[in-house]
Amino acid sequence: MILFGRRLPAMSSLLLWALLWEIVGQTGWTFFIPPLSEVLVTLFNVIGTPAFLKAMYETAYAFISGVFFAVVIGIPVGILIGKSRLLDELILPWVNIFLSAPLTALVPVLMVLFGFGMKSIIITTTLFAIWIIILNSRAGVKQINRSLVEMARSFGASPLDAFFKVYFWAALPEILGGVRIGVIRAVKGVIIGQLLISIVGFGALFELYSNNFMMSHFWAVLIVLFALAFTLSEFLAYLERRVSYYAASR
Amino acid sequence: MSQTSDALEMPAPVETDSAVSVRNVSKNYGTVEALRDLSLEFPRGQLTSLLGPSGCGKTTLLKIIAGLLEPTSGEIEIEGKRVTGPGPDRAFVFQDFALLPWASVIRNVAFGLELRGVAKSEREAIAEKYINDVGLSGFEKAYPHELSGGMRQRVGLARALSVDAQVLLLDEPFSAVDEQNRRKFQEDMLELVRNENKTFIFVTHSIEEAVYVSDQIAILLPRPSRVSEIIRPTSFRGTDVENIRRSPEYLDIVDQIWASLRNYVE
Ligand SMILES: Nc1ncnc2c1ncn2[C@@H]1O[C@H](COP(=O)(O)OP(=O)(O)O)[C@@H](O)[C@H]1O
Ligand SMILES: [Mg+2]
Repeated sequence: MILFGRRLPAMSSLLLWALLWEIVGQTGWTFFIPPLSEVLVTLFNVIGTPAFLKAMYETAYAFISGVFFAVVIGIPVGILIGKSRLLDELILPWVNIFLSAPLTALVPVLMVLFGFGMKSIIITTTLFAIWIIILNSRAGVKQINRSLVEMARSFGASPLDAFFKVYFWAALPEILGGVRIGVIRAVKGVIIGQLLISIVGFGALFELYSNNFMMSHFWAVLIVLFALAFTLSEFLAYLERRVSYYAASR
Repeated sequence: MSQTSDALEMPAPVETDSAVSVRNVSKNYGTVEALRDLSLEFPRGQLTSLLGPSGCGKTTLLKIIAGLLEPTSGEIEIEGKRVTGPGPDRAFVFQDFALLPWASVIRNVAFGLELRGVAKSEREAIAEKYINDVGLSGFEKAYPHELSGGMRQRVGLARALSVDAQVLLLDEPFSAVDEQNRRKFQEDMLELVRNENKTFIFVTHSIEEAVYVSDQIAILLPRPSRVSEIIRPTSFRGTDVENIRRSPEYLDIVDQIWASLRNYVE
C-alpha cells in the first residue's frame, strides 16, 4: 500500500481495518461487534484455560489426522491416475464431482456410516481436503517432461524408484500447491465436522459462545482459528517457493 | 601414430564386427509411417551418425534402439541379443538433457548407478571420475539451473558414461548448446570415442558436425525414412582435431552430403 507517496509496511491495511473495528465496537452500534481491544483481552484470558486447550487439542487432533490421510492417500492416487490412462478414466470423474460437490450435505451420511465420534470428524476433514490434492498431484505428473520419464526408464528405474525418485519430485511444486489449498479446505472440514457431528473442539466453543451471546469470546476464538489457518497456509506457500526454482526448468 | 597401433591391435575382421544391428525395422505412428524397412549396422567401438532433415525419424530410430519405443516390425540386436526394452548395455544422452532439477550435479551423474542399487560412496566415486572427465570438477554440488546449457549437457554425458554401457545413444546432444561450446564438445567426442572403446550412435542434423565426429555417417531421407547412403570418412580420422576441417576429404564429404540433402530442404 502506498500513502502520500510513501510505501507502508505490508500489514498496514490490516491495522486500518483493526482501527475501524475498534471504532465501530466503541460506538456500541451492535452487540455483535464488541471493540477489538475487548476481544484481544478476552483472547489472552481465554487462551490458557483448560476448556480452550482441550478444544485446541481436539481440533488439532482431528485436523492433523484428516490432513494426514488426505495427503498420504491423495498424492499417490493423483500420481497414479496421472500415469495410467485407465485409472484416470475410472477415477477422475469422481474427483471432479467431489471437488465441486457441497460436501457438507454428505456429513449426515458419514454420521450414519461412521458414528458420531472423532472418526467421522476425521473423515469429513479428509473428504474436504483430498480432492484438490489428487487433482493437483495428477496435474503435476501430467506436466512432467517426457524425456525425464524416458530417462528414468532408460536407466532401468523400477516403477517404485520412478515414483519416489522422479515423479514425486518432478510434480512437487503442483503437489504442494494442492496441499496448501487442501489444508485450507481441511480447516473448513474440521470445523463443519465439529459443529455437525459432535459438538467438540472449536466447534463446541463456537456453539457455546454464540448461544450465550459471548461475542468477544466468539471473536477471540475465530481470530485464533484464522491466525492458525493463515500461518499454515503461509508456511506451505513458503515451501512452495522453495521448490519453485525448478518448477520452471523441468 | 595412433593409426598404426590400431591397425596392429585390431585385425580387419574386428572392424566390420557390429555392436548394434538394426534389421528391417518399420515404425508407424497411427497412420504416419516414420520408418520403413530400415536396416543398418553399427560397428563396435566406432561413432556412427544418423544424419537427415528434421522429421525423418532419427529420434524414432534411436528410441527404438534404446528400447524406449517398440518397432512396428523388424528387430534390433545388441551384441547378438535381441532388444526387448531398455537395458544396462545402452545409455541415452537426451537432447534436452533430462536432468533432475532438484538434484546436485553429482547426484545427477550418479543417478543411473543409484537406480542400479550401487552403494552411495561407490557410485559417487565413479561419478566424481566422470565429472572430472567431462571437465566439470568443482561443480559437484551445483544444481542444473545454475549451469549453462553446455555444462548441463556435460552432466548428461557424464551420467551416460558412468553406467559403463557398451552403447551410447546421443540424440542431438549439442543442439541446445551454443556454437563455441558445441565445437569444444565435438573435439571432446572424438577424444571419448578414441579412449572409451564404446559404440556411439549420434543423431544430428548438422552436416559439418556429422562429418567432423563420425567414423560412419548414415544419411536418412524422410517419409518414410530409409538409409539412402552410408559414408565412411577415412583419411582425416587420424589427424589432429584442428586440421580436420581443413582436410580436402572433409570438405568433399560435406559437399557431397549437402548435394544429396538439398532436395529435401523446404
Ligand atoms: N509420438 C508420435 N506420434 C505421432 N507421430 C510422431 C510421434 N513421434 C514422431 N512422430 C512423427 O514421426 C516422424 C519422425 O519423427 P522423429 O523421429 O522425431 O524425427 P527426427 O528426430 O528425425 O526429427 C515425424 O514425422 C514425426 O511427426
Ligand atoms: Mg529428433
